[in-house]
Amino acid sequence: MVRERPSRSRAATAMPLCILLMLPGCAGGVLDPRGPVSAAEKLILLNSLAIMLAIVIPTIIGTLAVAWWFRASNTRARYRPSWSYSGRIELVTWSIPAMVVLLLGGIGWVGSHDLDPPKPLVSKTEPITVQVVSLDWKWLFIYPDLGIASVNRLVVPSGTPISFQLTSATVMNSFFVPQLGGQIYTMAGMTTRLHLQADRPGSYQGLSAQFSGDGFSRMRFTVDAVPDAQFARWAAQAKGGAPVLDAASYAALREPSQGLAPFTYGAVAPGLFDAIVGQKPAPPSADATASIPGKKV
Amino acid sequence: MLGKLNWSAIPFGEPIPLVTGCVVVLVLAAVLGLITLKGWWPYLWREWITSVDHKRIGVMYCMLALVMLLRGFSDAIMMRSHLAIAAGTSQGYLPPGHYDQIFSAHGTIMIFFTAMPFVVGLMNFVVPLQLGVRDVAFPTLNSVSFWLTASGVLLTNMSLVIGEFARTGWLAYPPLSELRFSPGVGVDYYLWSLQIAGVGTLLSGINLVTTILKMRAPGMTYTRMPMFCWTALASNLLIVAAFPILTATLAMLTLDRYLGFHFFTNDGGGNAMMYINLIWAWGHPEVYILVLPVFGVFSEVISTFSGKALFGYRSMVLATMCICVLSFLVWLHHFFTMGAGADVNGFFGVMTMIIAVPTGVKIFNWLFTMYGGRVRFEVPMLWSVGFMVTFVIGGMTGVLLAVPPADFMLHNSLFLVAHFHNVIIGGVLFGAFAGYTYWFPKAFGFKLHDGLGRAAFWCWLTGFYIAFMPLYALGLMGATRRMQHYDDMNWQPLMIAAFVGALIILAGIGCQALQLVVSIRQRDRNRDLSGDPWDGRSLEWSTTSPPPPFNFAVLPDVQGEEAYWGVKQSAIEDQRLADEPEYEPIEMPRNTATGFVTAFFATVTGFALIWHIWWLVILGLVGAYAVFVIFAWREEEEYVIPADKVAAIDRERRRSREQLLAARRPA
Repeated sequence: MVRERPSRSRAATAMPLCILLMLPGCAGGVLDPRGPVSAAEKLILLNSLAIMLAIVIPTIIGTLAVAWWFRASNTRARYRPSWSYSGRIELVTWSIPAMVVLLLGGIGWVGSHDLDPPKPLVSKTEPITVQVVSLDWKWLFIYPDLGIASVNRLVVPSGTPISFQLTSATVMNSFFVPQLGGQIYTMAGMTTRLHLQADRPGSYQGLSAQFSGDGFSRMRFTVDAVPDAQFARWAAQAKGGAPVLDAASYAALREPSQGLAPFTYGAVAPGLFDAIVGQKPAPPSADATASIPGKKV
Repeated sequence: MLGKLNWSAIPFGEPIPLVTGCVVVLVLAAVLGLITLKGWWPYLWREWITSVDHKRIGVMYCMLALVMLLRGFSDAIMMRSHLAIAAGTSQGYLPPGHYDQIFSAHGTIMIFFTAMPFVVGLMNFVVPLQLGVRDVAFPTLNSVSFWLTASGVLLTNMSLVIGEFARTGWLAYPPLSELRFSPGVGVDYYLWSLQIAGVGTLLSGINLVTTILKMRAPGMTYTRMPMFCWTALASNLLIVAAFPILTATLAMLTLDRYLGFHFFTNDGGGNAMMYINLIWAWGHPEVYILVLPVFGVFSEVISTFSGKALFGYRSMVLATMCICVLSFLVWLHHFFTMGAGADVNGFFGVMTMIIAVPTGVKIFNWLFTMYGGRVRFEVPMLWSVGFMVTFVIGGMTGVLLAVPPADFMLHNSLFLVAHFHNVIIGGVLFGAFAGYTYWFPKAFGFKLHDGLGRAAFWCWLTGFYIAFMPLYALGLMGATRRMQHYDDMNWQPLMIAAFVGALIILAGIGCQALQLVVSIRQRDRNRDLSGDPWDGRSLEWSTTSPPPPFNFAVLPDVQGEEAYWGVKQSAIEDQRLADEPEYEPIEMPRNTATGFVTAFFATVTGFALIWHIWWLVILGLVGAYAVFVIFAWREEEEYVIPADKVAAIDRERRRSREQLLAARRPA
């Protein structure tokens, strides 16, 4: 149907798409995955993009070509003023997008089940559990099995699935490590689940992706994926060290602050995460004598 | 006595809002002073402020939108310039507290006070003309709607000088917008501006739905309505269905903030996700409220400038109504990352993709409208072709975001920001500009300057791509929205590119401002004496430019699709107009100050509620009620234009039509 495709208009349309595809090669983003979840999500993203480009690019070229060819000054173009209906073309105009959507809908439906955040990863290695609490404006990571916690730095063994339980002690935030996989909201009074894994040792940037107030931009953290032995060493070092995360120190941590340097807690009051989810006062740790502060409103 | 209001509400310590505020106040004072000096008040009061003429109200809506575009854009250029420098050790020039207000105000103003008034204004002006009727169903209500919108605008802009605006983003998600985390008056400004403007929008929706369903010219059956009327119908049905949700949601947040309720708080059994569901149950239809009318504009423009009827008219109607219904079934795609589960996410993902089908059909139908046509690249047509190319890219990235696993990666990123600007600038705004250029001669009797219009288009188009393509890339690199500062220096070149794009858009806006001034000064050169400057196809082109208050001396008798085109073609062929009809006196609604005075009291009430000045709240409400009572008891509702005056006006029109026939005599 398209009789002429002037190269000039093709170049004009190709340009923005090139910029779109070329630039994000830089390190650190979602196109540079370092784990099974982010790799699978990137694949879905690129597949969906490719399917749509197959229809979008011809449509753009067709639009420009038809508009140009049928310009009023072109005497070679045939003017058909009363042509405004064709059943066959109508069928095609409905079918093409419908078929694309059928294909994409399949990808979306299957992908949303395969990569459902609460779904555990398939692995021979036993996962480790990390409880995440977003605070104003920092991240608290509790390792319930190890009895330790850290702030603004998440250390995990590489090659091991990490099972996250997430909540918020303040407004809503979104926990996001672009190179390891998709984000999930942290919401007060609720627990969300997420499973991620770093395939190789490395340091990855994490952030809050949901605006949460004045300190939002600095609410960043580092994920350090380290070999198993190094992880064990780190955990042992942290264990028993000061300070202890109990009712009093949690109350202090809850106070709004920005750009807190990472540090660890050598012990965590049992049931702290559940208390935070349940909006209850933090429980005292076994050895702590600090009084339980009233709930701050 | 004055509630929470005291001198600390004026930002004496912050130079940027203070200087901006002073400049705005000075400009406003200068304009008001000029009007007083020139003695224009009686004219403005009589012809515009108290007018219930749908054309005047439509024009005022569009003017309001253009002024607010300037305000929203100055927010945008501040954000872009700030982010171009706030990398690494540099903190930029906007502290977080101020930056947060700017992006919140930018979103609120651009959606509620630029895009909405623009499309509502176009519908208000065009729909009665296209339907071949004399006004909307409820002319006074129309004036009330406009002035309530203006009241919302005034309150939002007052926050610049008195107090502060919300620091919560344009949808004020709780718990951040709850009293505990946002104790200031910013969120209250947001709530009351939107409540007052929202009532105006709802009334306007009811008005236009009634007009389209009940007031068409004889013979104007549903399937003969121009495409723009169909899209206006769909859009206003959505307003009627969706805006009550907004009102209720904001009311619940207001109860939380004012009376200590716990709808969305962290404690007391509240749940913020209820708000987020509700606000998007309004918010997604809102997207289509904005974009459907401009789909109608493009249908009119592409058909007119291709010299052909719209391809697949019935298909287009079907697609429009499909979008209208489906738009209520996709809201959850705005928060797949809430963790609702695979089935829920999968369902809403697929529904979102399905809504892309009728949209795709529309693109193809416009393409086939041009196919076999004689395409004249006048300025409205440039906007339309620019739209088609840009919008498919925005649509594609939108469908990409509808795939839940991809959304987990891109949600809340600058990729998302780029996507919705791609559809709102490339769709809604380009369409509004196309409609503005297309119907301007109808409203004022002269065309806009052509060269400056073209320059504006090219600036906007290139500026858009340079500003937003880098944001797509930044989103993929992990940059999130609403950040005030970033550490990764690799992002800075792209941020600077985006700023340059914003500057090019600024040049485009400059061209548009200049275009308006130059066009008014050179109006005699660009006069449209025929009433049909673009060789149009629907009924608005059959009357004069500008149309008389009654639009049509005798209501047109519609014989088929493209009501005016058929009549015009046979008249050109026979080289004579239809016989002169028998003129009768016409009753038109009287002007009334009801809308303006109601909105005055609404503004007073809103301001008093924001600052907890309770006696003033009562005074405002009593005043508004009194206006209603006085309006209800008025005795004369209409005035009569005598038949001989109607005849005189219409004979003038017939003379210019005869010249048009001669000019278009077939070879």
